Amino acid sequence: MTAISLTVNGKVVSGNVEDRTLLVHFLRDHLNLTGTHVGCDTSQCGACVVHVDGRAVKSCTTLVGQVDGASVTTIEGLSQGDQLHPMQAAFRDNHGLQCGYCTPGMIMSAVDIVQRHGGKLDEATVRHELEGNICRCTGYHNIVKSVLDAAGRMSTAQAAE
Amino acid sequence: MGVEGIGASVLRKEDRRFTTGKGRYVDDIKLQGMTHAHFVRSPHGHAKVKGIDSSAALKMPGVVAVLTGQQIVDDKVGNLICGWAVHSKDGTPMKMGAWPAMAPEVVRFVGQAVAVVIAETKNQARDAAEAVQVDYEELPAVTNVKAAIAAGAPQLHPEAPNNIVYDWELGDQAATNDAFAKAANVVKMDLVNNRLAPNAMEPRAALAQYDEAEEHFTLYTTSQNPHVARLVLSAFYNIAPEHKLRVIAPDVGGGFGSKIFIYPEEMVALWASKKVNRPVKWTGDRTEAFLTDAHGRDHVSHAEMAFDKDNKILGLRVKTLANFGAYMSLFSSSVPTYLYATLLSGQYNIPAIYAEVMGVYTNTSPVDAYRGAGRPEASYLIERMMETSARQLKVDPAELRRKNFVTVFPHQTPVIMAYDIGDFNASLDAALKSVDYAGFPARKAKAKAEGKLRGIGFSCYIEACGIAPSKAVGSLGAGVGLWESAEIRVNPVGTIEVLTGSHSHGQGHETTFCQLVAERLGVPVSQVSVVHGDTDKVQFGMGTYGSRSLAVGGSAIVKALEKVEAKAKKIAAHQLEASESDIVIENGEFKVTGTDKSIALPMVALAAYTAHNLPDGMEPGLKESAFYDPSNFTFPAGTYICEIEVDPGTGKTEFVNFVAADDFGRLINPMIVEGQVHGGLTQGIGQALLEGAVYDGNGQLITASFMDYAMPRADDVPSYKLQHTTTLCPGNPLGVKGCGEAGAIGASAAVINAITDAIGNNSLEMPATPDRVWHAIRAGA
Ligand code: FES
Ligand code: FES
Repeated sequence: MTAISLTVNGKVVSGNVEDRTLLVHFLRDHLNLTGTHVGCDTSQCGACVVHVDGRAVKSCTTLVGQVDGASVTTIEGLSQGDQLHPMQAAFRDNHGLQCGYCTPGMIMSAVDIVQRHGGKLDEATVRHELEGNICRCTGYHNIVKSVLDAAGRMSTAQAAE
Repeated sequence: MGVEGIGASVLRKEDRRFTTGKGRYVDDIKLQGMTHAHFVRSPHGHAKVKGIDSSAALKMPGVVAVLTGQQIVDDKVGNLICGWAVHSKDGTPMKMGAWPAMAPEVVRFVGQAVAVVIAETKNQARDAAEAVQVDYEELPAVTNVKAAIAAGAPQLHPEAPNNIVYDWELGDQAATNDAFAKAANVVKMDLVNNRLAPNAMEPRAALAQYDEAEEHFTLYTTSQNPHVARLVLSAFYNIAPEHKLRVIAPDVGGGFGSKIFIYPEEMVALWASKKVNRPVKWTGDRTEAFLTDAHGRDHVSHAEMAFDKDNKILGLRVKTLANFGAYMSLFSSSVPTYLYATLLSGQYNIPAIYAEVMGVYTNTSPVDAYRGAGRPEASYLIERMMETSARQLKVDPAELRRKNFVTVFPHQTPVIMAYDIGDFNASLDAALKSVDYAGFPARKAKAKAEGKLRGIGFSCYIEACGIAPSKAVGSLGAGVGLWESAEIRVNPVGTIEVLTGSHSHGQGHETTFCQLVAERLGVPVSQVSVVHGDTDKVQFGMGTYGSRSLAVGGSAIVKALEKVEAKAKKIAAHQLEASESDIVIENGEFKVTGTDKSIALPMVALAAYTAHNLPDGMEPGLKESAFYDPSNFTFPAGTYICEIEVDPGTGKTEFVNFVAADDFGRLINPMIVEGQVHGGLTQGIGQALLEGAVYDGNGQLITASFMDYAMPRADDVPSYKLQHTTTLCPGNPLGVKGCGEAGAIGASAAVINAITDAIGNNSLEMPATPDRVWHAIRAGA
């Protein structure tokens, strides 16, 4: 067992966990944050993506012990109260989701993509960057549209700050 | 159309919870005292189970029980069933071997469960499962259909000699032979429709709870049709009578057919929850999904098409071997027969068709309906044939199709289906224009100058959807009717609940169905909610598959709305002291035409429930239900054109353009329809370029993870250009046809036709990986 303490969505959490506990299981089973999903067992699908210290990370391939002391943001922590994050709003406005299972991971990856590329995103870059996230429903067409739309909204929001 | 009524791209109501991580899928649910199940699965494709030693596992920490196949047989849990009886040519019923939920004696595919460990935590169950010792005696296995029916092949089930489930036929053999005798030209072709793993992103899961006091079970499960699941679990598997079993399918993360069927894991979870008297949860991992979710397709066919001297089709002969895997899954028998051969006429006038289908057992995962189910196989065959014929007859592929299109409706094909309506020229024209077909030769020449091979490929698909008229499918062997039910509850304050037997797992029913209410009663979508996926809330329903939710489920909603409207108008007329025939609905108000007298729906609803002042003899309340049974299938159809560029040095293909022109009848929410098309096209392209579930000769699935099975990713597919042409379906009150499967049905032929056009070699199998394309270029040179 390992004692761990980390910040999740702005709150400090601590606990004693089995050494082999993955971050995704810690979030889902210990903290009841079930928005982060598991879609595979080979680190391929991205349904489990969260942010660790601001960077997109596959929580199915991260031991919770590795993020001791870190700050983790999950899909549940992305919106500001009732106010959806621009990426969440863009996915809704562009029909970027169907069954919703890949969506939390897609959105967390997409926020990271926009943050890394700033406003300089085009379709080819988005498609290339989304390589680690699989969606079986949407055919990606509207996901790509959502990410490009949100990139515009996020840079406008930044400019306004 | 109102702003939220029929034809409006209303944003989805369900998206707020999905974008904020508040969806509620089966694995998200936790129950007091819950235990976890992990299955012990066969590592062999075919083996005898000589013994199971659980003693070490039982001593491991947290283990509650280890249960085996023999126990489930001893407890008289029923074997899995196949719900559609198909007969061979000689009139004999299909030949099936028994499929127990866990194998007591023989395992017939890798991944088949032999035992289950129930433990306090997931990890403890997994650890203990590794300690269960199973003594197997390996048997020879066979995974390929041709090998399975060859003399001396390993035999799977004593009930099915030579591994043949049935040898079925459809059509008029003599008339077809006559047509070929008269032919000026005959085109022949061998085709393989590659085996696919459905891979909904949410793995299957089951959470079962037994309430000892009430002798009642609850099952949370990843199902596209919870009522059918309850029916089958009750009537055939002896789990519990229907009134003692509640099945809930909450948010479900995609299905594509694979979540229609009732699988062993659900049965075992229910049975085990009573045995250990604690809730039991099983959540599959991706490898289990690859090994045990019903796969799709897997046909090997030979086709021949006869043409007269004017290039009109005279006849079609098809012989298909269909791989069923090791057991007959719930609807498997219908897929390569009534969902396949009945669509072999495509969009064309074909006077004579004769099809033979042999269903074959192999040591592979069971095969059943996957997005399109039979219709993609038919469409691929016909559209590859048409393109190949155009090349052999040296005519333009669009014109050959046009010459043979059905143009007069209704049209009776020689293979059961009666097409009600369509305009195949319209969708072909729309697609030709969108892709700029006239400019293609110049683009091809330009690409050639740049060292690239450019090709264009067509696919003019048709499908039978809105599944299905109960009487018709009953006469063909279906064990169930395929109608749908709906109930409209207008609450005393005027909010409305729509209860439906359809199930949404991505299709957006929570929005589309509200639009039907908004259109009819003029209430805002925000005042309406959709209730589905719970056998305690909705009385009965047949679920969602076969592009049926709107055409059948939506029509049931319309029928119930008609009844609500009629009663509400009576109440309004009474309240307004007007004649019922003078009442019209405008923006949620019941008005007396030509006056300014009106009453709002909430006041009508309140009057219905206070019942202080209702017409004499009227029952209180405002709630109506309806069952809707379609009179025919619906026939969505369209043209897909793919323009592709191949790098001859690497065999890599790149999309230049992908155009889809579909006729789905009336569109309720165009945004959602387009999303369905995008997803379907991507699955069709996945089949054409990337995906293939491959077994080795011993029955090992060598593509059992996302590392080995190439799922389409954002980088692999283009943005699509969509067009809609419209002929309204005459068979249902909404004029809709269904749009969920079209893309997966039509896309793969367009892609392969384009690549073979580019490389000048027609011998190319799916998935057309760069390696295969590169070799085909060399072989064709
Ligand atoms: S669950 Fe993490 S990548 Fe699939
Ligand atoms: S929306 Fe279903 S997997 Fe992406």
